[in-house]
Formats: sequence, structure tokens, C-alpha cells
Amino acid sequence: MLDERGGIIDDLMVYRGPDGYRLVVNCGTREKDLVWLQTAAAGFDVLVEEAPHLAILAVQGPKAMDLLGTALTPHQAHALAELKPFECAFSGQDMIARTGYTGELGAELILAADAACALWDRLRALGVKPAGLGARDTLRLEAGLNLYGSDMDEQVTPSACNLSWTVVHNGRDFIGEKALLAEKEAGGDRRLIGVVMTDRGVLRAGYPIVSGGREVGVITSGAFSPSLQRGIGFARIEGANELKAPLLAVIRGREMPVLGVTLPFVRRGKACFKPLV
Amino acid sequence: MAEVRDDVRYLATHEWVKLEADGSVVVGISDHAQDALGDVVFVELPEIGTSFVQGSEMAVVESVKAASDIYAPVSGVVVACNSALEDAPETVNDSPYDAGWFVRLTPDDPSSIESLLSPDAYQALCDDETR
Repeated sequence: MLDERGGIIDDLMVYRGPDGYRLVVNCGTREKDLVWLQTAAAGFDVLVEEAPHLAILAVQGPKAMDLLGTALTPHQAHALAELKPFECAFSGQDMIARTGYTGELGAELILAADAACALWDRLRALGVKPAGLGARDTLRLEAGLNLYGSDMDEQVTPSACNLSWTVVHNGRDFIGEKALLAEKEAGGDRRLIGVVMTDRGVLRAGYPIVSGGREVGVITSGAFSPSLQRGIGFARIEGANELKAPLLAVIRGREMPVLGVTLPFVRRGKACFKPLV
Repeated sequence: MAEVRDDVRYLATHEWVKLEADGSVVVGISDHAQDALGDVVFVELPEIGTSFVQGSEMAVVESVKAASDIYAPVSGVVVACNSALEDAPETVNDSPYDAGWFVRLTPDDPSSIESLLSPDAYQALCDDETR
């Protein structure tokens, strides 16, 4: 969701249902998003309302589909089985979608609060483990997925966040479109790339990236990748088209060699990144 | 319950120090510290021959969660480092008081180790932190 300058207000999922569109936004940007949506909606025949009585569960991993097949009602299980990746199905207020923030197999379910709790209990009884934010962060990073506030904010446009693929210019004149078209016209190659450490260490937000003796960028998100057993991160780079190896990350005053790579790093548990330079 | 060894002294920053028979001191991090840090993935050790003043930053231990400085418990000169930690940093988690040692120093003043925390005082500190 962009402002008039093409800056990113939030990244969110929009599901189309029989009665309208269901938006799942970041908790941290909830108020800002609501104000923006309500302001933008003025003058249109549209109602914007929150649904605080609903809860969302994400069930992700290689066994997620099988276990959900057991835990869901037959009706829900059937609906899930029919879905292709990124598709969703509504049943009244309930929604099941083959989406997620982990890059793994699985689904997200939006249900009334007590139904969500009952499903949680059934899944736990089947051995499904709760995952905390640390696990979520390494999964999303390995999957090449941005985190709002770290990798993107109102000061950057989609092209600087590896998100050009999400923008479709098809005559809708969406808020920010003019700014993005002007940006394309002007050129400019500020990009978000993957970075992998070749030595031991951990990349963290704020570490500079150096090439040819000058600072060319900065780490926006970093972590130790459990799948790759090495430090990985995203880096915002100025002049990405002229990027030359070798790249260095400055970690506590020391320059450590890193590789600039494509995203994602990992797909279904296997490394899939390729060097950029 | 984290192990508190009774044959070493401690810093409030969770380093342990052991005075050896030859007068050198060995430094590592406590069981409480390695547990709080989580999986150690990287250890940065000083150069042999470097002098450190008590309380100054001597080494770095980096876990999945965060990087932490290790402080010199006494003033002295580095005579040995546990280079095995370069290839096997997880040793710090598995054996914090033995195989996971960091640095050996020749102290300027061996008696300065006595002003450090006793095992009981360190245990009390850990209990307070856990509360």
C-alpha cells in the first residue's frame, strides 16, 4: 500500500471473498493503515471495517497440509485440498488460504476466535509446535520475504525493496502509480539484494556493505540461517547495476567477505540462491 | 538449573576466571551465560601477546540472538587462545567451563582475582536475574 510518493505505507495481503475484500495488515501499522484506508475510501461507495472477532492461524511446514487435513472439519479439509498456492476459500466469515510468510507448504486460516482456539488445540494434540518470532524471522528471511519497518518503510519505493514484481500498471491509476512511473523513467538502481557470509559470523541490520573501497549499501535485515548454517541478510544497495565483486560487510570494524546473491536463499529447505556478480 | 562451578571466580558480566598452578588465569563464560545467549555461532578471540586492562573488551561471543563482549577479568597479557572455537563455536554451549574456554592470560597481579565474585555471590546474582 503506497502513498503518493510511492513510499510503502504497509505490506499486506488482500483476499477476495464473496462480500468484498479481506485485508490482513501488519499489527504495528494497524492504526496508520485504518486511517489511510478510511481517508482514501471517502467519496467511494465502500465500507472499511475492522474484524476484531476474527483470529488468524498460520500452519506451515512440510507436514502442514496433511495435519490440517486431519484437524479441520471435512468441509474445511475438502476446501483446502482444492486450493492451489495463493488461492483462498471463504465459508461465511471463515477463510482458508494457501498463503504464508515462511516460504513453506501450508495455509493461513481466519476463523472466529473460539473456533481458532479449538483448532489450535487440535493441532497441538497432533504434535504441531507453536513457533515464536525468532523462528518466523529466520524462515521469512530464508524465503526472501521482507519485514516492514526493517526492509521497507515510507522512505522507499517497491523497486528498492525487491518488490517490483508486485506492482502491475494496468490503468487503475492507483495511489503512488505516477511516482513509480516517474521513477522508472528516471532510471536509478537502488535495489534490495541477498547477502551471504562466506566466513563464520552473523549479519545484522545497520552493517555497511563496501565494494571497491567505498560504502555501497547497508544490511536491512540479517540472521544466522538454520538451513544454510551461515549468516544471511538483505542489503539495500545504491548503484546495483554497477555492483562488482568482491563485496565486504563491515562487522564491528572488521571487513568480512560476503556474496551478493539472488533471493530467495532457500526453497523447501534447499539452498537456491545464485551469485549476482 | 545452570551450573555454577566452585573452583573459579566470576564477573557480574558472567565470565568465569580460573587461577592455574602456573600462575596464569583461564577465562570463559558461565553456564548461565551460554544458556542465555543461545546457540553460539562465532567467537572472536584476541591476538596472543595483547595486553588488556581489567574490565576492557577482550573477546566477542556471537550467538544467533546477539553479539556480546567478553571483558578481561584481570589486567594481563594474552598467552593462549582456544582456537578450536573457530571451527566449533558450539563447544561454548556444550562445555562452557572446560573445552569451551576462551583465553589464557598472564595476570599483572594474580591476587586481583580474589576481589572477583565468589561462586556463592555469583549464584546469588544469577538467582536475582532469574527472579
